[in-house]
Amino acid sequence: MTVLTPAVPRLHPLRDSATMLRRNLKRMIRYPSMTITLIAMPVIFLLLFVYVLGGTLGAGLGGGRAAYADYVTPAIIMMTVMATVQGTAISVAMDMTEGVIMRFRTMHIARVSVLTGHVLGSMIQAMLAVAVVVGVALLVGFRPTAGAGDWLLATGFLAALTFAFVWLCVALGLASKTVETASNAPMPLVLLPFLGSGFVPTDSMPAGIRWFAEYQPFTPLIETIRGLLLGTPLGSTPWTALAWCAVIALAGYLWSKHLFNRTV
Amino acid sequence: MISVTGLRKSYGEHRVLDGINFHVPQGTVFALLGANGAGKTTTVKILSTLTAADAGDLRIAGHDVTAEPDAVRAAIGVTGQFSAVDKLLTGTENLRLMADLNHLGRTEGRQRAARLLERFDLAEAAGKPVSTYSGGMLRRLDLAMTLVGDPRVIFLDEPTTGLDPRSRRDMWQIVRDLVAGGVTVLLTTQYLEEADELADRIAVLDGGRIVADGTAAELKRRIPGGHIRLAFTGEQHLGVAQSVLPDAVREKDALALRVPSDGSLAALKTLIGRLDDHAVDVGELSVHTPDLDDVFLALTVGKESAR
Repeated sequence: MTVLTPAVPRLHPLRDSATMLRRNLKRMIRYPSMTITLIAMPVIFLLLFVYVLGGTLGAGLGGGRAAYADYVTPAIIMMTVMATVQGTAISVAMDMTEGVIMRFRTMHIARVSVLTGHVLGSMIQAMLAVAVVVGVALLVGFRPTAGAGDWLLATGFLAALTFAFVWLCVALGLASKTVETASNAPMPLVLLPFLGSGFVPTDSMPAGIRWFAEYQPFTPLIETIRGLLLGTPLGSTPWTALAWCAVIALAGYLWSKHLFNRTV
Repeated sequence: MISVTGLRKSYGEHRVLDGINFHVPQGTVFALLGANGAGKTTTVKILSTLTAADAGDLRIAGHDVTAEPDAVRAAIGVTGQFSAVDKLLTGTENLRLMADLNHLGRTEGRQRAARLLERFDLAEAAGKPVSTYSGGMLRRLDLAMTLVGDPRVIFLDEPTTGLDPRSRRDMWQIVRDLVAGGVTVLLTTQYLEEADELADRIAVLDGGRIVADGTAAELKRRIPGGHIRLAFTGEQHLGVAQSVLPDAVREKDALALRVPSDGSLAALKTLIGRLDDHAVDVGELSVHTPDLDDVFLALTVGKESAR
């Protein structure tokens, strides 16, 4: 006969994730300087590119400042998402230094909820930041041709994109031993749009860089946003972009899970 | 309620726990007493599923710690020496976070949070961010958060380290009340007084081994005569005395030595004879009956960790 032991209560990953999301949103509100910095950076870049560089770069496109505002806004939207996920890496790394994470590890909760709380919080943060940035872009001359359906698709695509890079940055935040490392590790994500079709068309680049620019993931990602908002031809680009998102999300999720579950 | 057999743990070459055994019945307090680095925190980390053991049969509330960590987590609560609170949230928010994670209903969670704030004398500071709390308040909030889930087994890892005497006494009273309510407590401490005050059984941990265990009274009985305290008038005499009495341990911040001794007349005669032979000038001599300090001293004598 076996000894009866009390049954173990079930885990509630969804409920716990919602709880952790509430925790992260509260922390964002308590510590607003981070969110403000994350939104200010792309806005400054937008103004810089449209008003300082836009005249000349627009002429190169065969238009003017207004044409360049249209061209660069998708890249700035991308940059906004990347800045937000950089913030995710920082707040995950900061969180791991807090004693309360140790407590979570000794509690009977769905462990992944600590991470999903961060992921959902950052996605909300990113969508808000993108809304602000698009608002500013409209003020400085961005004239999208998208209809309601296109905007819906674009929003969905941005959500998928953010989801993928947030998981990557959660892993980077967990892998970082210090908060400083966590803030530097995602730097390539902010710089890579420059080495793609974000700020100038790739066919204006020298052969080597051009080859890289055409095959790196940010080019299809930016071209998809551009196509949805401005009606440029899309072809199979969105599928390539979604494939990249899926790969990055899966890799980021598995890496994060591995890092969080390793014993301390 | 807690049963530990043959617990071993090494970090690389460094052996932290070298075969620990103990058993804690339900509703009792078991104290692991030891200096810094004796292995207390490692033991708690392993039993609270944070760290894997290298070997050992570990059971808590009927569950195997290694094979069923989830079941163990559902039964335990941990309050460590570093506060496990969210510093950006308020006291109330921290407690409600715990209520949510324990899947209490909204009303029940709120009521329990309010009750705990009241009971732990935190009601006034409940709406303030935790970053403004004092050390004693943080520790009380930390324990309150542990109690939200009504754990049957509580680990208290050095719960009063760094607290002022008043907060320490408050904490002791809280622990006594918990045990009166049927909770099982594993306490680690480096304060002998704390173990003496709270624990039903005490194990002295030194260098990864339990060097003695029993009730406070049993441990005291193991050291029949306590010690002889010698106070000196000058550093020089103390130095000579130390060289002729290899068992002696110097008291911190005083020109005094403690010599483990059974306090019998013969032992005193021998000691005085030795000091006379080397012309050591003793300012004051007193015989002390044993307390837990002596037990600890005698069991870990000659080591850096002896205090």
